[in-house]
Amino acid sequence: MSGEELEKIKKLYIEERKQEAQRGMINIIVHMGTCGISAGARDIFDALVTELEKVDLRHIRIRTTGCAGLCSSEPMITIEIPGQMPVRYGHLDTQKVVEIFYSHVLAGRIKTEYAISTGWEKPQSRVAGG
Amino acid sequence: MRTLLFEALSALQLEERISLVETECLVSCLEGPSIMLLPGGNVHQVLTKDNFTEILHDLIARAEHPHSPLFSAPPKDTQIPRITDLDFFAGQELVVLRNRGHIDAESIEEYIAHDGYLALCKTVTTLSPEDVTEEIKKSGLRGRGGAGFPTGRKWEEARKYKSYPKYVICNGDEGDPGAFMDRSIMESDPHAVLEGMILCGYATGSNQGYIYVRAEYPLAIQMLQCAIDTARCRGLLGKNIMGSGFDFDIKIYPGAGAFVCGESTALMYSIEGKRGMPRVKPPRSTESGLWGKPTCLNNVETFANIPRIVLNGSDWFRSIGTDDSTGTKVFSLTGAVKNVGLVEVPMGTDLQTIIFDIGGGIRGNGKFKAVQLGGPSGGCLTEEHLTIPVTFDSLQKEGAMMGSGGVVVMDDTNCMVDVARFFTQFCVDESCGKCVPCRTGLKAMLEILEKIIIGKGEPEDLDLLEHLANHIAKTAHCGLGQAAPNPVLSTLRYFRHEYEAHIYDRRCPALVCTNLIQFKIDTDLCKRCGLCAQVCPVDAVTWTKKELPVLDREKCIRCKSCIRACKFRAIY
Repeated sequence: MSGEELEKIKKLYIEERKQEAQRGMINIIVHMGTCGISAGARDIFDALVTELEKVDLRHIRIRTTGCAGLCSSEPMITIEIPGQMPVRYGHLDTQKVVEIFYSHVLAGRIKTEYAISTGWEKPQSRVAGG
Repeated sequence: MRTLLFEALSALQLEERISLVETECLVSCLEGPSIMLLPGGNVHQVLTKDNFTEILHDLIARAEHPHSPLFSAPPKDTQIPRITDLDFFAGQELVVLRNRGHIDAESIEEYIAHDGYLALCKTVTTLSPEDVTEEIKKSGLRGRGGAGFPTGRKWEEARKYKSYPKYVICNGDEGDPGAFMDRSIMESDPHAVLEGMILCGYATGSNQGYIYVRAEYPLAIQMLQCAIDTARCRGLLGKNIMGSGFDFDIKIYPGAGAFVCGESTALMYSIEGKRGMPRVKPPRSTESGLWGKPTCLNNVETFANIPRIVLNGSDWFRSIGTDDSTGTKVFSLTGAVKNVGLVEVPMGTDLQTIIFDIGGGIRGNGKFKAVQLGGPSGGCLTEEHLTIPVTFDSLQKEGAMMGSGGVVVMDDTNCMVDVARFFTQFCVDESCGKCVPCRTGLKAMLEILEKIIIGKGEPEDLDLLEHLANHIAKTAHCGLGQAAPNPVLSTLRYFRHEYEAHIYDRRCPALVCTNLIQFKIDTDLCKRCGLCAQVCPVDAVTWTKKELPVLDREKCIRCKSCIRACKFRAIY
């Protein structure tokens, strides 16, 4: 691994995300640190996987990350739709998450009653967006 | 597809308002079922996977605006606050936690895409080991495990000794109750820890690193192991890192449940397979540590800062925080606050900001009472200390210290005598037993505290407690024993009146110590709401509407459900 190869991996990753965004790839991010898991994030993850399998749509992807910081709002998910600000939902359970899946992810209507924030923390910015 | 549509509507609880009626073919039966939305008459031919979302969108819009024939645009997200406007996030400055909630810990590509391993590349291609150490020294980084020893100096010391092999150890034991910063870093951004360790190995002349992770963190162990394996696969760990000729490998060593093994010398004995008992220093571990060889031991958060300093420079790091405490600190904010979680702020931020601005203040209708910093070694602080900037040295004369970053907030439902007992019990359980002050002295302190709590305390007990505490702090062999009396000393200093209430009045003002609660009802404060009668699990409270409840003390099992439920503190 050389410096150039590191740079290549980074560029490739950014390019892949750009192309995914152009194709309309939606990311559902489930925050699964130990805090999230102890609050029920695994059940939520399983529920999302089940619903995604049912609709069998290829432009939706479920990702996992670690703790997002606000542990008292766990379980949380963040929905990233290209061209829109990401929306973070908190205090979820399997019922709410399925509602969000159909309402926000599929039909594009944000479930404001479950949402806690939009946007990214500073200094984060999406690698794809620069 | 019809079933799927029905399931989607059920999930959104719209099945009452939208009925799926099957009728004869509207258009062409060969192609499949078609859908007509009534009223309005939009006809979608053939319900397929592709138009499923559009139809669903239409249906939801109809459900919300039944009289509109056209489907309406989605509501704007203006009602949802920006994350940068939320108090919890607005006050934070992310250095160590910059990737939180954003990257998949198991993906090395994501770490690299977010400038991962660039510091390593810069180091092995352009910097000498002395350059790296000098940069860390200039940055003023101090150990984040609590002791705050200057990291650059430690690395310089470890480099100095010409005895091989040398070792790098990452202390991921995090034994403090209420602390979870290191756990979060190890689970969410393990590569940052690895990168910091490799840079330390380069700077000090070591080729082998160990990460000591407590066994109670299985997810952290899993994520770190995955990171080690993928980094090795990519030539970023192991032999000939990035073609530079420098070798460095890392092994994980899980702990076995002992708080004392967070102490650096006990930790090293633990890795050697011996009993985790601290030893006398000198010799310092940088001269003779693991297996008698020069060892550089640092905390998880300290290592996570290293790549940022090497990449952005020491001047940048110095621009954050104060002159003697540079950079940021991650605090795990927990207890009686609204926003529980991880808070990263520049050094020098005061507790008022952390607890009330970022933490959102006390949850429910409680009132702030005290805050315990740094786990059992920390000591508590009260309202008068909230405006002191928090750094490594600023709280010492108040009898407290920042410690590793655990911040436990207490309100008026916490009894400070009980808190002191809790932390003393913890230290008694975790004492290694080597020295008399800690092994026997702490036990004696615990017995006195328990006596006070059950209502058998005597006036002389307070003097004895203080005498013991001061003595143990001065004579214990290691940091555990030296700091264990801090909760007692600081609660005696700021909450002596609570101890005195327990001893002289046989009363617990916070209504926690069950033996001292009479389970009587204050007729002035009671609002006759009957909530106590509702929550009592043994029906010991009888109540008729608008009347004073009657508590049967024979039936009462002293579970305190009524006290917790009462909004007016009428039961004492």
